[in-house]
Amino acid sequence: MIRARGLGRSFGAKRVVRDLDLDVPRGGFLLVTGPNGSGKTTLLRLVAGLLVPTAGELEVDTTRERVGFLGHEPLVYRELTALENLDLYGRLYRVPERRERIGMLLERFGLWDVRNERADSFSRGMLQRLSLCRTLLHDPELLVLDEPFNALDEEGSSLLDRELAELRPGATFVVATHDPDRVEHLASDRLAFA
Amino acid sequence: MSAYFSDVLTLAQKDLRLELRVRNTVPAMLLFVVSALVVFHFALPAGSSDLAAKGMLWVAIVFTALLGLGRAFVAEREQRLLDGLLLAPCDRSAIWLAKTVSVLGFLVVAELVALPAFAIFFSGIDGATIAGVALADLGICAVGTLLAAMAVAGRARELLLPLLFLPLAIPIVVGGVGASVADDPGRYLGFLALYDAVFAIISWASFEYVVTE
Amino acid sequence: MSTSLRNNRVPLAAGLAFALISAAIALVFFYAPVDEDGLNQKIFYFHVPIALTAYACFIWGAWKGLMHLWKGKPGADLESYVAIHLGVIFGAMTLITGSLWAKYRWGHWWLWSERQLVLFLVLFLFYSAYFMLRFSVEPGPQRENLCAVYAIFGVILIPISFLAIRLANQYIHPIAFNRHGPQMATSQFATFCVCLAAMLALFAALYQFELAGKRLDEKLRELRELLA
Repeated sequence: MIRARGLGRSFGAKRVVRDLDLDVPRGGFLLVTGPNGSGKTTLLRLVAGLLVPTAGELEVDTTRERVGFLGHEPLVYRELTALENLDLYGRLYRVPERRERIGMLLERFGLWDVRNERADSFSRGMLQRLSLCRTLLHDPELLVLDEPFNALDEEGSSLLDRELAELRPGATFVVATHDPDRVEHLASDRLAFA
Repeated sequence: MSAYFSDVLTLAQKDLRLELRVRNTVPAMLLFVVSALVVFHFALPAGSSDLAAKGMLWVAIVFTALLGLGRAFVAEREQRLLDGLLLAPCDRSAIWLAKTVSVLGFLVVAELVALPAFAIFFSGIDGATIAGVALADLGICAVGTLLAAMAVAGRARELLLPLLFLPLAIPIVVGGVGASVADDPGRYLGFLALYDAVFAIISWASFEYVVTE
Repeated sequence: MSTSLRNNRVPLAAGLAFALISAAIALVFFYAPVDEDGLNQKIFYFHVPIALTAYACFIWGAWKGLMHLWKGKPGADLESYVAIHLGVIFGAMTLITGSLWAKYRWGHWWLWSERQLVLFLVLFLFYSAYFMLRFSVEPGPQRENLCAVYAIFGVILIPISFLAIRLANQYIHPIAFNRHGPQMATSQFATFCVCLAAMLALFAALYQFELAGKRLDEKLRELRELLA
């Protein structure tokens, strides 16, 4: 599903991703590890389509509406409520039965009670959970997750564990994490950045 | 096609809702335009004609619009929210169109105060001026939104936007002032319509390239 | 793309430019008839060709920008930048020669009734902002796209501004200065054409030269990266 040959990405003079070859089959789970600033985030943004390569080629065999991306920023509007944020994305992604799906996700991630609160009143952990709802809202077939366990407490982390296990068979994953042991059992491929 | 317009509507609604919650752009524009008109009173020595004042109205409009445009993509850039919109399956140009519509809305609200204020402080506003303002607003917002997206891609974004915008605003000012003061406003209104059509089309078409990283 | 001076067009273009400029200067000062304006009218032989060359630079820059966006041609961004860079230089020269001409002919350093000059002023501001834009964005695909789009906007601004300035003159300066029409005697016209060819050749030479230099820089940077 994802195929890269000699993939490179520079920012100005700095080459962050250099000469990378990659093959991730449909249904695979690529686990990306490496220290901060090594290029993990850049690779994930390339795969999600937020960056274009400056060298080499990258093919991702899916459309934008089937990609779910979780980055370092939660990508939610602070002055809108959780519900309004998800409704916005639901409309943009043309999610069928939008209201029901939003309700279900909010409940699964323990945010139902705060659905009418503005996102600027959320803690970092709650924002991460809301961001996860946003990522999963449109039932993506490719999930690109950049340090998804960041900021999550025990409860949030186990919720995410459960979700990942459930979604594993039906989707392809590219996950970057500082805590590889947590998802090691799900991975089919590994990529370590130096 | 209708999916395109429903995306535009969704995004424009989002911007309007945000402004209603936060309420910082429109009040600032309102206050700015009235303050500017007062400054202009002090800037026009005795013997200045009515026509000079009419010219100043257009300066006020252009700079008020700049104020609003400067805010247009701030949230999208600071919180990387543009990523969220770019990931979505909607056409990039729909983002431009929605933003243009919302900035246009803010500018019109500011003018609903500015024009009567001008009529009170200086002299009356005729139909040709209002038509000129309407047409000029379209051009200002269409081009301004695209340039705001450009400016926000770099450093020193508040400095960059006026520099990018003012040369392109010169024809708008000519069209607007001409419509207000000349005997034959039709020609100037026609010119404004031409400007709007040409620049709206190229802004619409090129927005996608401007937001690609 | 070979960067060796032997293999690119710089020597040829430079030689041609030198020849044409020498010919132009000779013609202007020794061949073309002295007008009733006197010697200062000779500025005209440089001012207008420089202006036309500046337009050519901006159009070339916009064309390269379009090639970058539409066809994705590598190197088009650099070519567009160099063309616009030179266009701004020629544009500045246009403003200076135009101002000198206005001073000697009419006694004013600036004339708002001179439509060409005013147009150049607007364009000069526009393309100066191009550099502000270019150097405030990090080099990369986005910067190339932004600059290409801006270059295209510029070339569309040229006729629109021209129209605007014409319309503006009607409510700003209802009475315009008289100026010479474009009718020229044959000898004047021939001189003019040689000057125009000379300026265009100068543009071509400077363009090739600057491009070669910048491509060399890029090659060096790439090599350094590979070795690192």
